[in-house]
Amino acid sequence: MPTPAQAIRHEYLRHNKKFPHVWCPGCGNGIVMGALLRAIHHLELSKDEVVLTSGIGCSGRMPTYLDFNTLHTTHGRALTFATGVKLANPALNVVAIMGDGDATAIGGNHFIHAARRNLNLTAIIINNSIYGMTGGQYSPTTPFGAISTTSVYGHIEHAFSIAELAVTAGASFVARSTVYHADLIDRLIEQAMQKRGFAVVEVISNCHVQYGRRNKLGGAVDMLKQFKEQAVTVSRAEKLSPEELEGKTTIGVLVDRELPVSTEEYKKVRRRAHESGDKV
Amino acid sequence: MMSETTTPRRLLQGNEAIVHGAMAAGCRFFAGYPITPASEIAELLSILLPAADGTFIQMEDEIASMGAVIGASLAGVKSMTATSGPGFSLMQENLGFACVTETPLVIVNVMRGGPSTGLPTSPAQGDVQMARWGTHGDHPVVVLAASSVEDCFSITVKAFNISEKYRVPVILLSDEVVAHTRECVRLPAQTEIKVVDRIRPSVPPDWYKPYEGDSRGVPPMAALGDGYRHHITGLIHDEHGFPTQNRHEIERFHKRLTKKITKGFSDIQMSRGFLLEDAEIVVIAYGSVARPALRAVEDARRQGVKAGLLQLITLFPFPRGTVSTLLKQCRAALVPEMNMGQISREVQRVNQFDCAVVKHNRVDGQFITPLEIFKHLIKL
Repeated sequence: MPTPAQAIRHEYLRHNKKFPHVWCPGCGNGIVMGALLRAIHHLELSKDEVVLTSGIGCSGRMPTYLDFNTLHTTHGRALTFATGVKLANPALNVVAIMGDGDATAIGGNHFIHAARRNLNLTAIIINNSIYGMTGGQYSPTTPFGAISTTSVYGHIEHAFSIAELAVTAGASFVARSTVYHADLIDRLIEQAMQKRGFAVVEVISNCHVQYGRRNKLGGAVDMLKQFKEQAVTVSRAEKLSPEELEGKTTIGVLVDRELPVSTEEYKKVRRRAHESGDKV
Repeated sequence: MMSETTTPRRLLQGNEAIVHGAMAAGCRFFAGYPITPASEIAELLSILLPAADGTFIQMEDEIASMGAVIGASLAGVKSMTATSGPGFSLMQENLGFACVTETPLVIVNVMRGGPSTGLPTSPAQGDVQMARWGTHGDHPVVVLAASSVEDCFSITVKAFNISEKYRVPVILLSDEVVAHTRECVRLPAQTEIKVVDRIRPSVPPDWYKPYEGDSRGVPPMAALGDGYRHHITGLIHDEHGFPTQNRHEIERFHKRLTKKITKGFSDIQMSRGFLLEDAEIVVIAYGSVARPALRAVEDARRQGVKAGLLQLITLFPFPRGTVSTLLKQCRAALVPEMNMGQISREVQRVNQFDCAVVKHNRVDGQFITPLEIFKHLIKL
């Protein structure tokens, strides 16, 4: 008999999809995928009303395996497609799954504007600090000094902090977890999907194959242990000085605020347009 | 083409007529980014779409606009965008996605002088080959050209109909002259307009193969949320929509995409002939240039020159049959274009006869006049 957790996975994985998946053993993507499925399960959403969009990269393959309406788009553009889907059919629950390069390099403009626009969408960003699928080149979240296949002498640029970027850009809900804190991811995705407005969940993840190995961080388990040690909850972080927070990762809900949601504001636009009597 | 009934006469510019054509065809979603000389299309749709319970959104760029248009179309709503050369360049990426996922949509490209920022307020026809081949990889696409305000209405309707019927992106080329010329037109009543909608699946969801073509090679299309959950990807995919590396599936996919268009040639390839029956010289023109070309042909006839005009409405798939027949009949073909010869090369490509294909190119940002075509014509 499958365990309850397995039963949930089996309920939502595609039976007609040829496995195995493309991810390396120990990859954090599977943890995020499991959390997403549990969140959807707990929210009791029907499979038909869920749309998953993704971009390009390892994270982009996630929707392929899942039994929802799935849309694997172009690199960095998952949120633009999600915008069209949501506006065309606001009843759908639309979740965009992206990687760090996907969401903040090639898709950086779409990301900040989606946050500013504040449609009722959920964005999950798996941040493993590297371009994994293409062979380990540096991404916008690769730390200063890190080694990658395009920074073999040490990385000379500074990393984006994705969650803070989303806060500044105007998202209604912003949260962060790591793949070590799997149950927290469940709860954050659940909250994000319930939130009216643009909701972002950043998940710090491990690419031990392309990033950890080159930077002597060990294997998947070692990297998860590091995530555990580096993590500081939002409430605890408030009591720490900037110096004490150096090298730490704040986890939990960073922002949860009520803002006008453009999907709903557009209904008012339609009403005004009707009232003004402009004819086709 | 236009109605004889009681619809009022209206003074409209080409961009406005495109909007009315789109609304009549059932378009209810527009995403775009401001650009001269196409902006009036977005402006008017931002007023009309919400009044028709449709949606307008101004995106952060043209890449995003195409993404949103595809997303909306996949969700079951007829969708379009409008742009000019620089924006059209940015749209090529997701245009390829629309081709490979067979997503119906219409892109209006109001051409201006290029390359790059080029000549923002001058007419040109420099994007013709780009419209056909702009996105990477072999792909099917339909390219139409409008020459007048009346065309802007009727060809926009046709663009949507072809797009829906064949599940293919349609690019409607206009230019600065067509866009901003104001003409008095009588738009047909909605009841007189033939509107085609995509075929939805009729089988139970378990049976549905989202990329299995019907007898025409066109798969029925379910909207996201309709109960036909499936996978949509820019990767080459099998009939279920899943990525494939199987060479037989890859080849079958490409061939079906090409075949569905070739099987529709007689339906898709549109043109208009003027004074062609006994013509010895044919002028082949499209877009705004078809209008001075017609005047030049009429003037030549008055001089006793047996000239005729073929106005191409469909540029791609190139109407080889129609053009070939005329090349066989005529001793010369003059191809006036506001570019360095992008359609004349197509004409030359299908020329297997003794017909001399002569280019007439203007790339100085000015419109081609009837007089210059006439002067060139009577020398042939």
